[in-house]
Amino acid sequence: MSNSCAHSHDDGQTHNLRVNDLNVAYRKELVLKDISLQAHCGRCLALVGPNGAGKSTLLKAISGLVKRRSGSITWSAKDSLKCRDGEFAYLPQHDEVNWNFPITVRGVVEMGRYPQLGAFKKFGEDDRAAVQQALELMEMDGDLARRQISELSGGQKQRAFIARAVAQQAHVLLLDEPFTGLDHDHSANLSRLLRSLASENRLVVASHHDLGTLTNIFDDVMILNREVIASGACSDVITKENLGRAFTRDVNE
Amino acid sequence: MSELADIISMPFFRRALVAAALIGFTNGFVSGFVLLRRSALSLGALSHTMLPGIVLVVLVTGALTQAGAFIGSMIAALMVGLGSMIVSRGNKIPQGTALAIFYTTAFALGMVMLEYVATGEDLEGWLFGSILSVGDTDLYVFFGIAAVTLLGSTLFMRPLLLTLFEPNVAVVQGVPVKLVNYFLFTLMVMALMASFQAVGAVLSIGLLVVPGAIVAMFTNSTRWLFRGGGLVGSICAVIAVLLSVLLNIPTGPAIVVVLGGLFLISYIISPGSGLRKALATQGS
Repeated sequence: MSNSCAHSHDDGQTHNLRVNDLNVAYRKELVLKDISLQAHCGRCLALVGPNGAGKSTLLKAISGLVKRRSGSITWSAKDSLKCRDGEFAYLPQHDEVNWNFPITVRGVVEMGRYPQLGAFKKFGEDDRAAVQQALELMEMDGDLARRQISELSGGQKQRAFIARAVAQQAHVLLLDEPFTGLDHDHSANLSRLLRSLASENRLVVASHHDLGTLTNIFDDVMILNREVIASGACSDVITKENLGRAFTRDVNE
Repeated sequence: MSELADIISMPFFRRALVAAALIGFTNGFVSGFVLLRRSALSLGALSHTMLPGIVLVVLVTGALTQAGAFIGSMIAALMVGLGSMIVSRGNKIPQGTALAIFYTTAFALGMVMLEYVATGEDLEGWLFGSILSVGDTDLYVFFGIAAVTLLGSTLFMRPLLLTLFEPNVAVVQGVPVKLVNYFLFTLMVMALMASFQAVGAVLSIGLLVVPGAIVAMFTNSTRWLFRGGGLVGSICAVIAVLLSVLLNIPTGPAIVVVLGGLFLISYIISPGSGLRKALATQGS
């Protein structure tokens, strides 16, 4: 894929995502407490934890969609709120999409090109190629690409939205439960895609709940239950003890 | 029929036809956004809210000008919108309920204030429109609103659609979502202002909702949703003005009745959606 990490890494210079002492509260309730995190491009980082652990909120915070109470989030030493130039691609969970929106799968994926196009630039050959490639990667090309999104199954919808994120050719991909609704084959396909994105020096951060596939896909993991339980390389962090602490801990203590 | 020909030849009636075409087009075009935004209900609140704003401006300045009406209705709409948000925040009152309380109260207040500025027929014009009495300057204003709507939304169609489709993703991609929403809000207020003249405060929401709903049953293309909405709104408004003179019925209600009728017919004959689908699912 073209347009991967724009900078050379030969001098050991990588692009770091740094979260420092992040606190996020909804109303008065603290949902993320003192989160610190470091990740750099070329890696796949999983966020693991029980429901309500704050995985989605952390992804939203990195995307700049929820207010921080305190702490900082930077990407390449720049505040993440200023990374609105297409550096980040965000895949939310799609409970709020208007499924009756008159748009085809290809139309959805074309939306991924906004950072390159802005409001006025003409949709060009590069854009067409990026969209076509993203569709093919998610096996949504051909007949499926012409379908209205209202006519898709749950898994197909998910693939269309992942394709949009891929077409954006972003440096950092923030994916909220990307495997939701995918069958076995498409899950395997997505795993390969995430690996290849990392090998192009992109950074993938994804919430994930399948511990069985975790170590095959991701390099690093953060176990999270409103606060960081453990984080580091998968092999070090995925221990019975850590998982037990994350999944049984009483959050209100 | 010669009676109709006589009336058509009169300047006031030709102005009414042009006004209907322009207002119908603007509202029909914007109705595409209303449909995609799924905001018809809150828009109903908005249209009622505008009345006291406009009346207040007339009371204060002593005259009804389009600029004054625009500012007044903007302020009223913002006050009700923000007010309902504040009241519903952290309270036991849901925002829908708060909005309903605010806008009915605002509308009632507007009716009370109307007593001081309008009487009899005038009052009916405020509530149900008076397209037969538009002047030449009004026509320029309607033309201006139509042009701004068409140009603005065509120019900014890409960020508009991204915002309507998934605002969170749009924000991350760099779309100025807040600005786009203000722009949409402005478009809707301008369209409503125009339809105030045509169908009045009570029915204006019909002109701003129905055309898009009709077109949506026949097309999957967003481009045609807007263009088609404009065409449908325009044609229906013109037909309704002609009918209202032929049958001697009030013009404002005629416009909404024609649109509502066309919606019903579309629902019955449209492919894939509406009645056919409903029957098919019942049969299966």
